[in-house]
Amino acid sequence: MRRVTSAGADEQFDIVLAHVLRFGVLLSAGVVAAGGVVFLVRHGFEPPSYHVFRGQPLPLRSVLGIVAESFDLRGRGLIQLGLLLLIATPIARVVFSIAGFARQRDWLYVSITLVVLTLLGYSLLAGA
Amino acid sequence: MNIITFTLALGAGSVAAGFLGALTGLGGGVVIVPLLVLLFGVDIRYAIGASLVSVIATSSGAAAAYVREGYSNIRVGMFLEIATTVGALSGAMVAAKVPTSGLAIVFGCVLLYSAYLSGRRMDGSTADARPDRWATALRLDATYPTPAGEQAYRVQHVPAGFGLMYAAGVLSGLLGIGSGAVKVLAMDQAMRLPFKVSTTTSNFMIGVTAAASAGVYLHRGYIDPGLAMPVVLGVLLGSMQGARVLGAAHPRRLRLVFTWVIVALALEMLFNGLTGRI
Repeated sequence: MRRVTSAGADEQFDIVLAHVLRFGVLLSAGVVAAGGVVFLVRHGFEPPSYHVFRGQPLPLRSVLGIVAESFDLRGRGLIQLGLLLLIATPIARVVFSIAGFARQRDWLYVSITLVVLTLLGYSLLAGA
Repeated sequence: MNIITFTLALGAGSVAAGFLGALTGLGGGVVIVPLLVLLFGVDIRYAIGASLVSVIATSSGAAAAYVREGYSNIRVGMFLEIATTVGALSGAMVAAKVPTSGLAIVFGCVLLYSAYLSGRRMDGSTADARPDRWATALRLDATYPTPAGEQAYRVQHVPAGFGLMYAAGVLSGLLGIGSGAVKVLAMDQAMRLPFKVSTTTSNFMIGVTAAASAGVYLHRGYIDPGLAMPVVLGVLLGSMQGARVLGAAHPRRLRLVFTWVIVALALEMLFNGLTGRI
């Protein structure tokens, strides 16, 4: 396997990265599916109401609220937790890239990647 | 109709969208929003939220396969990611203020443009092009593997690409799509990256860009778990199957069919937006 981008990170690092991405997607899909089962068992026979926009209740809008709801094993809370894990997967890749650039002592790209990470963190935690 | 049948129907539609999206390389995201809005009567803001998370799922799933092939240019991706994440944040914030019919009209135009772009692809060597000042300063030039060995390329027009990437980010945050079409415009046409490099790099960027706007959508309450669940699982399943049969299919004919599907959806979105039905 050749690896020739200018980033030049070695093969081992790429394999770890591929595993992180695949693991993140599979884990989140599993949590979403489990939450989906709980949700359908409890609410499956109610009529759907997505035609009118109302927005989600407050606990399902923040990271801490979602974690609390999913610990209570609520279906919607679990699905949101799975979606949070999904959102975290590309962010994990960005974090890994910082490590990769740092190992090459490429401080310009460490800084560029930190800017991207800050923007992502701001969006997820502060909600902009 | 109860929630179980609704979920099953939506899941089946999402599998089809993910399957066709992976086979044609256009991504499932562009058809998820029209599917939800036009066929299932879902509010466009819920549809955008669900589409956004499905975009992250397919991008990360595909990136796991591509990351080892040595095509993607991580420096180009990371540098342009500054533009797309800022764009995504501004797009997601604007989305709350734009009326839904406005969103539908912009969506229709972007769909038409994607369909137009899917008809034409080009690729040329830039190894002997003049070095770009920005590309040199940011060390963006690289090589990629071809059957004939390593091929060097020079990245061109960095400021134009950066600007277009900001626009791609805005559209992604506004409409909940990967906006692969605008990214192709920026990387293929403006920055003159080789086709395979630009598609794999753009795929890596799509997930990060969508993650930036997904945070905003989550806080705004636009991501409904009951709706996102069948969409994410369906698109993921469909795109995995699509990637599996990719070699055996006839991508050109499929692409043509998919392009016309997109044109039809675009016209319907435009019609509904202009007549104020969405």
